[in-house]
Amino acid sequence: MTGLDGKVAMVTGGASGMGAATVEKLAERGCAVVALDRNAAGLIALSREVSGISTMAGDVTSSTFCDRAVDAVVVEHGTVDILVNAAGIIVRATAHDTSDDDWRRIFAVNVDGLFYMSRAAVRVMRQQGSGVIVNFGSVWGAVGNAGHAAYAATKGAVHQLTRSMALEHARDGIRVNAVCPGEIRTPMLESERPAPPTEEDLLRIADETVPMGRLGRPEEVAEVVAFLASESASYMTGSLVTVDGGYVAR
Amino acid sequence: MRFAGKSVLITGGGSGIGAAAARLFATEGAAVALAARSVDKIEALADEITAAGAVASAYRCDVTVPQDCAAVVSSVVADLGSLDVVFNNAGIIFRERTVPETSVDEWDATFDVNVRGTFLVSRAAIPVMVGGGGGVIVNNASYFGLVGGRGTAAYSASKAAVVLLTKSMALDHARQGIRVNCVCAGSVDTPMLRNEMDEMGGAEQVRHIFEEKHPIGRIASPDEIAKAVLFLASDDASFVTGVALPVDGGITAA
Repeated sequence: MTGLDGKVAMVTGGASGMGAATVEKLAERGCAVVALDRNAAGLIALSREVSGISTMAGDVTSSTFCDRAVDAVVVEHGTVDILVNAAGIIVRATAHDTSDDDWRRIFAVNVDGLFYMSRAAVRVMRQQGSGVIVNFGSVWGAVGNAGHAAYAATKGAVHQLTRSMALEHARDGIRVNAVCPGEIRTPMLESERPAPPTEEDLLRIADETVPMGRLGRPEEVAEVVAFLASESASYMTGSLVTVDGGYVAR
Repeated sequence: MRFAGKSVLITGGGSGIGAAAARLFATEGAAVALAARSVDKIEALADEITAAGAVASAYRCDVTVPQDCAAVVSSVVADLGSLDVVFNNAGIIFRERTVPETSVDEWDATFDVNVRGTFLVSRAAIPVMVGGGGGVIVNNASYFGLVGGRGTAAYSASKAAVVLLTKSMALDHARQGIRVNCVCAGSVDTPMLRNEMDEMGGAEQVRHIFEEKHPIGRIASPDEIAKAVLFLASDDASFVTGVALPVDGGITAA
């Protein structure tokens, strides 16, 4: 009904969090899903949980891997209809405290990897005259975030790459949009902290920062990704779709 | 059937995006209440939906009149048992007018329907939704609520007001189980747009101007906007509130 049935979808960062939820959602809607992640163990666990998906372990910071991954999916499935760029990492530091290595590492994953995958997928999508790319932006690509400057900067870059690629390929039948999640209950939310947050901490974060008063669930973001990937969004391109319980409406 | 057991109120549903949304909501199980100033078209649409086996009814309502808005909300609750979704769709435009060319009456009429109407229907609906444990409001803004347009000063200003009314209501009612979002459509193949094209010299002559303005190279069908409205109104968008969703073929990305 939504035109997702039988589509070939690649999802980077597919082993956990919102990427994994997206893998599950697209598989449920009838897509042939290929989950990519550098966490091979996570992919194996996921493929036990979600039947019928295939997986590919590798690192999107290598353009060679990205090109080969797309080529391999074309060989295996004939094409790539949908690319979801969900792979991303976070650095919890002010700009002042961010090391060269952390700065390069986060741009390599969040921006370079997304660019390499998109460039490789577009080659295929242009040939077939259709395709959809859904990128993971963030509310912090739209507003500043004291304490996560590098992360916010990468997501700002994702937003502008999304808009520009949407314009470049609007007449090629390729739509490019982004979801911009706010506070979502994922492994990332709990990672890179001196100590993992307690349930109480998470409730407090939700109460203080999210107008809805709760954290989002990964599947609530995956649902928006599925909408953007479907024919229901046929007139949407270059849009940044916020999924944040009202965070940036303020 | 995302809307089975839900009741949906649509203002200005006689044609265009409102009518497309009404048909889609009914297809997905909703009982549809159509409200408009003149009831001929919405009665015909309600008959069409009813004939197809779904539930629909028509209500006379001038969205600029507080009593009308309160009455239609009461009637919907009485007739359908609840009010789960409101699509504030009624809107008007006076085209090809700079500010000096806009009469005070045209300015007032634009704001009366587009802004005051959205305010009044929401004002009547929200207490009912709170009492019912929640609800969803979707407003029909426009990409002209996000960027300026030549010859659209009053319309753009009114739609920008709708965008921020949307966000503010979203914040006010986020903890009462009410989500509030708006769609920002590009040019859509509706009677409103065809009237504009006629004023500009005829659809055959000017349609390409509208098509080329959108990066995607065409104007939208009413269904393409209605599908985004249904998405926002559905539980698929359960963590989405306070959002102005561009459905504009890329026009605001540039």
